[in-house]
Amino acid sequence: MNGSTAVADNYLSHGRGFRSWFFTLDHKRIGVMYLASIFFFLILGGFFAMLIRTELLTPGRTIMDADTYNQVFTLHGAVMIFLFIIPGIPAAFGNFVLPVMLGAKDVAFPRLNLLSYHLYVVGAIFSVVSILLGAVDTGWTFYTPYSTTTHTSVVSMTLGAFILGFSSIFTGINFIVTIHRMRPPGMSWNRLPLFLWALYSTAIIQVLATPVLGITLLLLIVERLLGIGIFDPALGGDPVLYQHFFWFYSHPAVYIMILPAMGVMSELISVFSRKHIFGYKAIAYSSVAIAVLSFLVWGHHMFTSGQSDLGNMIFSALTFSVAIPSAIKVFNWLATMYKGSIRLDTPMLYALSFLLLFGIGGLTGLFLGALATDVHLHDTYFVVAHFHYTMMGGVLIAFLGAMHYWWPKMFGRMYSEKAGRLAAFLVFVGFNLTFFSQFVMGSQGMPRRYYNYLDRFQPYHVLSTIGAYVLAVAFVVLAGNLIHSLFRGRKAPANPWGSATLEWMCASPPPHDNFAEPPEAGDPYDLEHLVYDESIGGYVPRTAREGA
Amino acid sequence: MGKMPISLIRFGEGSFWMPAPASTAAPAVDRVFDFILYVSIFFFLLIVALMLFFIIRYHRGRGVEAEKTATHHTGLELMWTVIPLILVFIIFYLGFTGYMNLATPPANTYEVNVVGQKWKWLFTYPNGHVDDNLHVPLDVPVRLVLTSEDVIHSFFVPAFRVKKDAVPGRYTNLWFEATEPGEYDVFCAEYCGTSHSDMIARVIVHPPGEFEKWLQDASNFLERMAPADAGAKLMTTRGCKQCHSIDGKSNIGPTFLGIYGREGVFKDGRRYTVEENYIRRAILDPQSEIVAGYEPVMPTYKGRLKDQEITAMIEYLKTLKE
Ligand code: HEM
Ligand SMILES: [Cu+2]
Repeated sequence: MNGSTAVADNYLSHGRGFRSWFFTLDHKRIGVMYLASIFFFLILGGFFAMLIRTELLTPGRTIMDADTYNQVFTLHGAVMIFLFIIPGIPAAFGNFVLPVMLGAKDVAFPRLNLLSYHLYVVGAIFSVVSILLGAVDTGWTFYTPYSTTTHTSVVSMTLGAFILGFSSIFTGINFIVTIHRMRPPGMSWNRLPLFLWALYSTAIIQVLATPVLGITLLLLIVERLLGIGIFDPALGGDPVLYQHFFWFYSHPAVYIMILPAMGVMSELISVFSRKHIFGYKAIAYSSVAIAVLSFLVWGHHMFTSGQSDLGNMIFSALTFSVAIPSAIKVFNWLATMYKGSIRLDTPMLYALSFLLLFGIGGLTGLFLGALATDVHLHDTYFVVAHFHYTMMGGVLIAFLGAMHYWWPKMFGRMYSEKAGRLAAFLVFVGFNLTFFSQFVMGSQGMPRRYYNYLDRFQPYHVLSTIGAYVLAVAFVVLAGNLIHSLFRGRKAPANPWGSATLEWMCASPPPHDNFAEPPEAGDPYDLEHLVYDESIGGYVPRTAREGA
Repeated sequence: MGKMPISLIRFGEGSFWMPAPASTAAPAVDRVFDFILYVSIFFFLLIVALMLFFIIRYHRGRGVEAEKTATHHTGLELMWTVIPLILVFIIFYLGFTGYMNLATPPANTYEVNVVGQKWKWLFTYPNGHVDDNLHVPLDVPVRLVLTSEDVIHSFFVPAFRVKKDAVPGRYTNLWFEATEPGEYDVFCAEYCGTSHSDMIARVIVHPPGEFEKWLQDASNFLERMAPADAGAKLMTTRGCKQCHSIDGKSNIGPTFLGIYGREGVFKDGRRYTVEENYIRRAILDPQSEIVAGYEPVMPTYKGRLKDQEITAMIEYLKTLKE
C-alpha cells in the first residue's frame, strides 16, 4: 500500500516486445495502447484543422481548391469524432482506471477487451485507407442523397465507422458487466466513484445506440453498392429518413462523449479542492438521467428539414429537459469548491477551463434548442462554435485533465508543473480566440462548411485562425512536457494528489496484477484520512504515517 | 472569453450579433435571442464570479489537511434544479411561439417556386418567368415553395432570419414579409458539394409599385432581346455557367468556348460533332451522351426550357468562337 511494490515488477516491465503489448490481456496495457492511438488521431485531426483554418484566412483560394477543402473538413470531423472523441476517455482512461478503481485485477472479459482494441485498429485502418483512396467529401454526417451520389470513397469510410461501432459496443458491454460483478467489498452503488457512474451511463448508451448507427451505415452501403432505394429519392427513397436514423445514434453519441468527461470533472474538482464531492447522488443520477433523455432529442438537429411543427415542438421541449441535469452538475462542482483547499495544479486548471468552456457550450445550446432562434442559427458557424465549446471545450479539455491527472499513475513519472500549467493556459486562450469569434460570425449569417465567404466575414476568420495557431503551440508544449517526463520526470509516488479512489492505493505504475487481494473500499471522496508526506512528495494514509 | 451585452450597441447596420433586421419576423426572433443572451450572460458571470471567489478565498498550498464540510444540501440543490427548470420553460415557450409565427403564413401570400440545384437557386414566378435572383415586393407576405433537383440544399436569408431545407422529391415552404427595400444575401446552408459556398443568390426588395414593373420587363426578354443575348442571359439564370466555363477552362462540364463545330468522343467511344441537334439533346437528355472525361452529373432540362429558349441558347453558343 505504501509504494514498495514499485521496485519489483510493474505492468510496464512485465513482458517486453511488440507481441507482449499487441496481444496483451492486461487492461492497463490495452488502455495505454488506446491512449497512444487516440492521441495519434487527435494530432492527425488537429493537423487537418490547421489546414482548414489556414485555408479560411482569406476568402477564395488560400492554399487548396474547393474539393480538397471539402475532403479536409470531412476528414477532420470524421477522425475527431469516430477515432478520437467517441472512444476517447472511456477507451483510454476507462480501460486503464476502471478495474483498478474497483480494486479488481482486470475487466470482466479481458479477451473481449483486446478484441475491441483490435477492431478499433481495423476500423481506423479502413478510415485511413479511404483517405488514401481519394478521401470523402460528405462531411462527417454523411447526409443522403449527397453521400449516395458523390464519387468519393464513402463506402470504406462508413465501413470503418461501422467496425468502430462494434469496438465501442464491446467496450460498453465489458464495462457494464465489470461494474455490476466486480465491485470490491464495501463498494455499494452509492460508493461507486462518479467517474464509474459516468462510464456506466455511457456504456448503456453505447450498447443501445451504436447498433442503430451500424444499421444505418449498412443501409447506406447497400444503397450505394446495390442501388436499392432507401434514402435516395431518385431511387424511391427518403433522404430525411437518413437524418432521423443518423441523429438517433449521433445525438446520444454526444453524450457518449460528454458523460465520461463529466465523470473526470467530478474526480478532479473534489481532489484538487481537497473536499468531499458536493451532491454525490445528484451528480450520479443526473448522469443516468442524461443517458435516458439523450435518446429522445435527436430531432433538434432537423428543425429546418421540413419535419412537422408538432415534431419540432416536442423535440424542442425535450431538448431543454437535458439542460437541467447538466446545470445540476455544474452547480454541484462549484459547490464542491466552496470552503475547500484549492490547489491549482495542471489537472485542476483543465477542470476550471472545463467549467467555463462547457458553461458557454451548454448555454449556447439554449439558443439552438429554442425553435425561433435555431431556424436562424442552424447550419451556421454558431453551431460550429457551440459544438466545439461542448466537445473540445468540454470533452477534449477533460481528456487533457484526465491525462495529466492519471499520467503519474500510468507511467510512474511526474511532469513539470510549470510547463503543464503554461500549456493549459495556452490551450484556454487559443481555444477562445478560435471559437468565440465563430459564434458572432455564425449569428451574423456565415454558414458552415464554406470554402469561400463574403469579405465582411474575414475579420472573424482571421481571429479564428490566429487562435488555431496558438492552440497548435499549446499542444507542442503539452506533448513536449509529457514526453520529457517519461525520460527525465521525477518518480511518481503512489498517490501524488491525495485522492481516495482505489487506483491510488497501488504503486505508480501499478503492478501487473494491480492488487494482491481486493482492498476494502470506503467513501471515495472521504479525503481527510490522507496526509501529505514531504519525503515522497505524495499523500499517504494517516495510519501508515503515524505507524512509521 | 466572456459574453458581453454588446448587442445593445448598434454599429454599422446590424448589431454585434445580428445582421440588420429586414423582415417582420426578424425583430421577434431577435427578442428571443436577446432574452436567451441575457439569461446566459447572467449564468456565465455567476459561474465566473463564484469560481474566482472560491479560488482566491480558498487557495491553499500543498499538503493542507482536508476539512469536513457539508456534502449536500437539499434546499440548495432543489433551488438550482427548479430555477433553471422555470427559465428553460420560458425559453422554450418564447422559442415555440416565435417559431409558429415563422411557420404559419398569412392568407393571400404571393407565391414563388424555388428550386435548388448544384450550385444555383432558380426562382419561378406565377407568370412562368424564371430568374436567378429573388425579387419581391415590399410589405407583402411572400411564400416560397422549395424543392431540389439533386441533393439537399437549404435556403437561408440571414437578414430575414428564415431558413428551410430544399429536399429532392418533396416540397417544403417558408414565408416572410420584407420590411426594408434593398438587396440581401441568400445562402445555401446545407452542404452540397464543390461550390456549396458559391451558391449565393440575392433577394431584391422592390418599393411599392416597382415590383410589377420589374416582372413585366424581365418576363418578355425573349421578345425584346436578340436571340444570342437572350441566350446569354438564360445561360446565367439557369445555372449552366456553374459547370461550364466560357473561357476555355475545363470545369465540372466541358467549356463552351469554341463549342459549336467541335469534334470529340463520348465515353462509349462514339465520335461526335457539335451542331444544333447535338446541343438540343445535350440539354434535354444529358445522360444519354457523356463526353469522355466527364461524369454524368448534369440534370435534365426537359420540361424546364421552352423551344424558343433552347434556340436562343444555341445562338449564343455559336458566338463563343475561339
Ligand atoms: C445543455 C446542453 C445542450 C443543448 C441544449 C444542446 C442543443 C443543441 C442543438 C439544439 C443542436 C442543433 C443545432 C442545429 O444544428 O441547428 C446542437 C448541435 C450540436 N451539439 Fe449540442 N446541445 C447541448 C450540449 C451538447 C453537448 C454536451 C455536446 C457534445 C459533447 C453537444 C454537441 C453538439 C454537436 C456535435 C452538434 C452539431 C452536430 C452537427 O450538426 O454536426 N451539444 N446542440
Ligand atoms: Cu446547397
